[in-house]
Amino acid sequence: MKFVDEFRDAALGRALADQIAALVEPDRHYKIMEVCGGHTHTIYRYGVDDLLPANVELVHGPGCPVCVIPMGRVDDGITNAREPNVIFTCFGDMMRVPGGHGTLLEAKANGADVRMVYSPLDALRIAKQSPDREVVFFAVGFETTAPSTALTLLRARAEGVRNFFCFCNHVTIIPPVRALLESPDLRLDGFIGPGHVSTIVGGRPFEFIPAEYGKPVVISGFEPLDLLQSVYMLLCQLTEGRCEVENQYKRVVPYDGNPQAFRVLSQVFELRAHFEWRGLGFISQSALKLRDEFAEFDAERRYHVPGVRIADPKACQCGEVLKGVIKPWECKVFGTACTPEHPIGTCMVSSEGACAAYYNFGRFAREREVV
Amino acid sequence: MAAERWSTGAPALDDREREALAKIERVRAMPPKFRDEHITMAHGAGGKASASLIRGLFVPAFASPALDALDDAAMLRVDGTELALTTDSFVVKPLRFPGGSIGELAVNGTVNDLAVAGARPLALTLSLVLEEGLASDVLRGEVDAIARSAASAGVQIVAGDTKVVERGHADGMYICTTGLGRRDSRAHLSPASLRAGDRVLVSGRIGEHGTAIMCARGEFELEATIESDTRSLWPAVDALLGAAGPSLRCMRDATRGGVASALNELATASGVAMLVREGDVPVHPAVSGACELLGIDPMYVANEGKLVAVVAPDATQRALAALRAVPGCEDAAEIGEVRSEPPGMVLVQTAFGGRRVMDLLVGDPLPRIC
Repeated sequence: MKFVDEFRDAALGRALADQIAALVEPDRHYKIMEVCGGHTHTIYRYGVDDLLPANVELVHGPGCPVCVIPMGRVDDGITNAREPNVIFTCFGDMMRVPGGHGTLLEAKANGADVRMVYSPLDALRIAKQSPDREVVFFAVGFETTAPSTALTLLRARAEGVRNFFCFCNHVTIIPPVRALLESPDLRLDGFIGPGHVSTIVGGRPFEFIPAEYGKPVVISGFEPLDLLQSVYMLLCQLTEGRCEVENQYKRVVPYDGNPQAFRVLSQVFELRAHFEWRGLGFISQSALKLRDEFAEFDAERRYHVPGVRIADPKACQCGEVLKGVIKPWECKVFGTACTPEHPIGTCMVSSEGACAAYYNFGRFAREREVV
Repeated sequence: MAAERWSTGAPALDDREREALAKIERVRAMPPKFRDEHITMAHGAGGKASASLIRGLFVPAFASPALDALDDAAMLRVDGTELALTTDSFVVKPLRFPGGSIGELAVNGTVNDLAVAGARPLALTLSLVLEEGLASDVLRGEVDAIARSAASAGVQIVAGDTKVVERGHADGMYICTTGLGRRDSRAHLSPASLRAGDRVLVSGRIGEHGTAIMCARGEFELEATIESDTRSLWPAVDALLGAAGPSLRCMRDATRGGVASALNELATASGVAMLVREGDVPVHPAVSGACELLGIDPMYVANEGKLVAVVAPDATQRALAALRAVPGCEDAAEIGEVRSEPPGMVLVQTAFGGRRVMDLLVGDPLPRIC
């Protein structure tokens, strides 16, 4: 594929891996966090970590939008899906996330009308095709997906659609990253910044990371060569003693972000006072809700939302995995009680989750001697 | 035995990680339990949920030597003759799609289950479940398609049954076919015969049927001209048996769950490992483009006319040449090899150069969201 295969060139990858190997100091251990779940997926899908020297460790961060949704919110969604006359729509990954009382997939098997969509516009189309039903869209995701939800709501209002509602779970990237940086048990040398989020917010919001916490950031694209180059750029900063936000994904990310997307976001959404994150707890001003002007589309105002907070299962260490404190395989239940087919924690559900990615792709990827 | 290196550069696993991985493998090797409270769509997708249903519910209930082998067709010895028996239902939506229709699938799917078991297809039975209100012309069209496909596959339709259900059920029609075949005397197929060093072949470009159906449903607004690959695999099997004879170890029909699931089944059944070189797997550019957009790996997408075969190393070139001479198999390729470790696992050498595990799929291919 044109403009895709070029970024998956194995020979260029090897050359870049050699440059990285030549750059690292042999006695030093480098710990780099990729914030975005999309990066985690690429790293495992293409075996990128397989090409890195032993002392360069990639830590998987909290940027999988499905993984950070707390169990209580999933239960709220399921309650909503069971309302008579509701067609409940969501992205595919979300259907398998366990709440305290099962998953949306199980709710569907039990008779709830749950449908998978690829875009909020698909949900709006279903609403227009089914005027006698009420269609709820389970909105999740960071700044990457929030603008498309906002545009859909604007369109729904412009077209006078009265049977479309949004159960808003959109979150923002900066507060959890700051929460991570405040965490005392975290040891990181630098960050691979989220490319898709940055197409919306740009590079400036990440400048506090080098300025206040002294950690370099490289905003990266999602192809394997992008990631290798970003690791190289981070290592260059560390070697040269620089500490700044660099943009590897220039072909897509404008450093000042996308002002039009921002306008749309602020037109439709406002910040919630606080929002619960799976494994990270409550974080202030870390999520979006619908403004009063869009109250008529707000599923949380239209339906009864139990809002019961469910503590993460005791055995589950998703929080520590999300913070990069432990690796997936160090979790007590990883791969035994918690597997992709019967996940306990959300990190095991989405293919972007650190645990699922490690379970599906990461095992055995590295050198092992067989006698 | 000398140490075998899997890759270079990355660190050796430390003992704790190794121990954790070994524990996972023990859990993974245990027979899957069927503990779900309800049937979900995942139980029909050919991945882990399907495996739990088959191994956790059906096999314990109906245990018999022929069933326990869990091959694509059961082998039964009747008065010295080895007969192959298999059955399959077809519930595809839409009924017609680029490259074929439910009628062709119903013949080819069952014929192929016989073929990859090394059996020459002889006869089929045909059960139709029809929805009240189905246009007779649609039914006529499918009956024609069934007759045509059966003639071209060299099988006869020898018995049948018809049921009609109320409007709103059966999506127009469901079809069930049962196939009878006779083991070809050249075939000595068994997963147990797989040896380290054997080569893995695929009979052509993968993922076309599943992609064609996804596009035909119109859910993705993708405009691509991808046709289903539905066809009888008997000519391909015939050619392989002729070229490789006893060096042909085993075959699988790569339908639901795609090549990845077929290889995982083989690895599990034979207790060996497989290493697939992603760069050598033939994929039509339109299929890889559509899969890229949807976040799906073509290795997991259904085929309806592709087999994977394992052959002894010395027979590889003969087998490949014979396959490529068969219409529809021009793009047949060697995609990997059998390894001894780690037993039951399929590994992929990615086109980019890294390695990873290629496990059975969990649930339907759910695309990633960002």
